[in-house]
Amino acid sequence: MTEHIAIVGGGTGGTVLANTLVEKLDAELAAGEVEITLFNDSGDHVYKPVWLYVAFGQREPADGRRPLREVVDNRVTIRQDYVVDVDHERKELELVDAIDPAPYDKLVVATGAQLEPERVPGLAEGGHHFYGEDGSQALRDELLEMNGGHIVLSVVGTPHMCPAAPLEFTFMVDDWLRERGRRDAFDITYTYPIMRVHGNEHIAEWADPRLRERDIAIETMFNAEAVDPDVETITSMEGTELDYDLLVAIPPHTGSDFVESAGLGDGGWVDVDKHTLEATGFDDVYAIGDAAQTGVPKAGSAAHYQAHVVAQRLASEVRGQPATAVYSGKTVCFIETGMDDATFVEFDYERPPEPSEPSRAMHWSKLAYNESYWLTARGLL
Amino acid sequence: MTTNQSHTEADTTVDARGATCPGPLMDLISEVRAVGTGSVIALLSDAEKSSSEVQEWADESGNEVLDIADEGDHYRIHVKKL
Repeated sequence: MTEHIAIVGGGTGGTVLANTLVEKLDAELAAGEVEITLFNDSGDHVYKPVWLYVAFGQREPADGRRPLREVVDNRVTIRQDYVVDVDHERKELELVDAIDPAPYDKLVVATGAQLEPERVPGLAEGGHHFYGEDGSQALRDELLEMNGGHIVLSVVGTPHMCPAAPLEFTFMVDDWLRERGRRDAFDITYTYPIMRVHGNEHIAEWADPRLRERDIAIETMFNAEAVDPDVETITSMEGTELDYDLLVAIPPHTGSDFVESAGLGDGGWVDVDKHTLEATGFDDVYAIGDAAQTGVPKAGSAAHYQAHVVAQRLASEVRGQPATAVYSGKTVCFIETGMDDATFVEFDYERPPEPSEPSRAMHWSKLAYNESYWLTARGLL
Repeated sequence: MTTNQSHTEADTTVDARGATCPGPLMDLISEVRAVGTGSVIALLSDAEKSSSEVQEWADESGNEVLDIADEGDHYRIHVKKL
């Protein structure tokens, strides 16, 4: 009998998982004992970290996009469709474009995160962002047109993808303006929703003095309530109002509607055991990446490591063996500290991040990783 | 302010048990955005620093922490949106 493994979502987690499963279940696939199907609503695989560089004119959106078929092993069936619901009893996926539901024996949810700027009045109209192809290009154009003024980087929504990115953008825009001799014509303000500049205390402790020494104003306890695009102000729930000439916001994020309709968790995030990555209360369902409510950052590296854990667990289960692989919370992250320097952190559930001294070598390591990402997606790195 | 038991009745509950700081505070802030003025939210959290972080944020944002109950393996924090 053939075991059907269904993966919903063709981002970093889903793609690495599909390719790693092929590697682990090579013999079973050849014998027809296993079938792997990857469901994705688009025909492309997108590498989102490229967008930060698009905003500064260093990369093009096309650099972060490739056909999914090119990065997924041919032994994986790709179905371009939108999964809307799960029948947990019958173990079937309901699809938008297919009349018949898709059966599964093992299901992995890797549906990622989406932007929802509409949750804050005026944000979609008044704010720029670098969390999408169109957004990062519009931001690039705006930056190039500005001769001076007040740039506000506001972290509006948490949790959000890549928790280091707001700091990276702030350090980079400061350096980008300095390199062009324009920094004096600009004020820069960084806002964060809680009492420090980053959710993680160790990152916040490291970043705070670095922001201050670059003359970047800090507004903590700033939870954006509304943006007025006409008069260019952003107001917080705490009663602070900031004027801006360019608002760069990290919009509120949400998970997939599918997660809600499938009853797997609230807000589109799947409730999981943070070590086994099994969905709470459901048999044979896993979640990885941004969609999984593990408490670790919504970062590609976390999705990558989680995909390896779930691949190992699924391979064991297919062979009738106990699944022993567990996720340690491992996350790695390069953090740009300017246009030419970066630091690096590695942490897990037990060990906090300890940012290294920023260096040019680390910056080039990040760029090198971005180039080699396509090998990572294929499961080769 | 911390008690062993609370008799406060909440209009809505945010169960943030299992989340590390600042997750529970952020979940609370999301709920404060969603509810009307005067609503009471119960935040359940097993993160050590939640009580102090919620108190600090409530003071800053003009909301009120009604009470904090230590329920053994987690805290129940009642916050009123003002």
